[in-house]
Amino acid sequence: MPKAKSKETLVEKAARLGLSNEDLVDMLRTMYLIRQFEYMADRLYALGKVHGTMHLSAGQEAVAVGISRATRKDDYLINHHRGHGHFISKGADINLMMSEFLGKENGYCKGRGGSMHIADFTSNNLGANGIVGGGIPHSLGVGLAIKHRKSDALVITLFGDGAANEGVFHETLNMAALWKIPSLYVCENNKYGMSMDVERATAKLPIAQRAEGYGIPWYAIDGNDLLLVYETMKNAADYIRAGNGPVLVETQTYRYFGHSKSDRNLYRSKEEIENWRTTKDPIMRFRGQLVEENIITDEFADQLDKEGLKINEDAVAFAEASPEPDPSTVTEYVYA
Amino acid sequence: MPEITYLEAIRQAMWQEMKRDDRVFLIGEDIGRYGGAFGVSHGMLDEFGPERIIETPISEPSIVGAAVGAAVVDMRPIVEIMFMDFTLMTFDQIANQAGKMHYMFGGKATVPMVIRMPGGSGTGAAAQHSQSLETLLMHMPGLKVAVPSTPYDAKGLLLSAIRDPNPVCFVEHKLLYKTKGEVPEEQYTIPFGVADIKRQGKDLTIVSSGIMVHKSLAVVNRLAEEGIDVEVVDVRTLKPLDNDTIINSVAKTGKLLVVHEAVETAGWAGEIMAIVSGSRAFDYLDAPMRRLTGKNVPIPYNRQLERAAVPQEEDIEREVRAILKGEY
Ligand SMILES: Cc1ncc(C[n+]2csc(CCOP(=O)(O)OP(=O)(O)O)c2C)c(N)n1
Ligand SMILES: [Mg+2]
Repeated sequence: MPKAKSKETLVEKAARLGLSNEDLVDMLRTMYLIRQFEYMADRLYALGKVHGTMHLSAGQEAVAVGISRATRKDDYLINHHRGHGHFISKGADINLMMSEFLGKENGYCKGRGGSMHIADFTSNNLGANGIVGGGIPHSLGVGLAIKHRKSDALVITLFGDGAANEGVFHETLNMAALWKIPSLYVCENNKYGMSMDVERATAKLPIAQRAEGYGIPWYAIDGNDLLLVYETMKNAADYIRAGNGPVLVETQTYRYFGHSKSDRNLYRSKEEIENWRTTKDPIMRFRGQLVEENIITDEFADQLDKEGLKINEDAVAFAEASPEPDPSTVTEYVYA
Repeated sequence: MPEITYLEAIRQAMWQEMKRDDRVFLIGEDIGRYGGAFGVSHGMLDEFGPERIIETPISEPSIVGAAVGAAVVDMRPIVEIMFMDFTLMTFDQIANQAGKMHYMFGGKATVPMVIRMPGGSGTGAAAQHSQSLETLLMHMPGLKVAVPSTPYDAKGLLLSAIRDPNPVCFVEHKLLYKTKGEVPEEQYTIPFGVADIKRQGKDLTIVSSGIMVHKSLAVVNRLAEEGIDVEVVDVRTLKPLDNDTIINSVAKTGKLLVVHEAVETAGWAGEIMAIVSGSRAFDYLDAPMRRLTGKNVPIPYNRQLERAAVPQEEDIEREVRAILKGEY
């Protein structure tokens, strides 16, 4: 891929990255779809229709969309608890996803998983995880399987800034480097692990520089700059597919909602949240660029947003009309 | 039929299955040139190469995690954890990941993997290399637990374990590695959930597993000379458990003694008793059900203390005589 010029317009950049206008619009559309999904999930939760817990990713959409568009459909995804956006941008059916959130029998996991354990094995989407860092080591085995099959697929392994302080992160990076595991490790640094500021939790920043200790190439980037995420992931994916082993990318981003259902934001200021929302929002930024470069109009962008809402509203109707699991089946699926 | 050791039977099962199915691989610490801490995988590196005999750094949680990842994408990993005690470091991956995935993903993920783990005391390795943790594993929905006592059972159960679509914890008793027995050269499987009556009898039922099956048999064979006729049921797999064989045996003898090496409190003897007392066999009981287990202590180092911490033949004999005499 050619190198970026110092002052590049969006159009020039897209051309260099091989992205058509349609691709750009599709990326914006998907970001809106995710944002609307998160708002809908929040409303459903408030209404008591979604229960348990969930972790919303509004504010982090560019990471999910950048990764999914820079990688292939047959690449594996190891997701984490804040993974709705990744699940959607890998191509989820919003209806089935909503059914899972409402605990319905026709949901992705037949209502047994919910937000935190949503998976779709038919699309190599290997599932979200309720254990912080729990999925990280799975990348080793998936990578070994990919190598065994002599495939050039890769595995995208997602986790947060907090998860990078779990022991398995270090164990796994070490083995991944030793064995040249084809994994794209992505640390979504949204500044907090629950209430813990990354600066209080991680001795040396950026997090990604830890890769140095394992001889793994790393990048720490603005995760709210969609095309930068796309470009970085694309380069990393090419490098990994060429058989060079893993890459660690830290995407610096921010979540708008609280950590999970119960969060009064006692650990951060309103100003901080407002500042991110109004000056760094990934959707506003990308939309602004597209409008400025006359690729779309403001009205068209609003329409994409409304489309996203509509898809989610329809999904809620679909899910609400779907059957509940039969309680007599509670002991099914313990063993294969 | 050739006579081989328990250790060789385990190696043979892995070897033959790796020849048959190229998705099977072994992963663990020091399993290559060194052959594993107990020599189980000796020679396998030369035969299968480093891509299928995968030696790892000392990183147990991620070793098990790697196997989970491989299993969900249709490989057939076998993990060797050097000592059963170390599985405690990997419990997230065993219980939260491997054990729960099939269920929480609505039946759409399968996790066909085996975790081999040498357990048990008797080697002087003391508290952190000698524990019997099978009750913890049984307690976890989604896991299966095999506890073979003979070379024949070890091979047949391990082949079943590797082919099972679920995560299987395969508990090997260290003191059994060198014991010998007849093992057919060809492949065969022993189904899970089928206990083996290692000795028929009518006066009392001993339910046991692993090394305690051998200790019980030694005692029972001596008592037979006095006309005392004890049945010994080897559970072979603790999960699934063969309730029927246990219930039928107790219904026949009217007396139950459960013998296990693991500590008493919340040990699986209690589970067996609950099954029996909730079954038709309850009506046939003519003595209280008893258990003889490890004491509630970490395994001590001192030779005499180590012996005292877990049931020995003399303890089993005393307990059998007491039950038969009605002295409890
Ligand atoms: C092993 C474990 N410890 C703690 C938790 C509780 N918990 C859930 S998410 C979370 C914060 C994780 O932070 P991070 O990795 O940065 O992800 P984020 O939530 O910010 O996306 C915590 C502490 C958990 N689920 N698992
Ligand atoms: Mg975080």
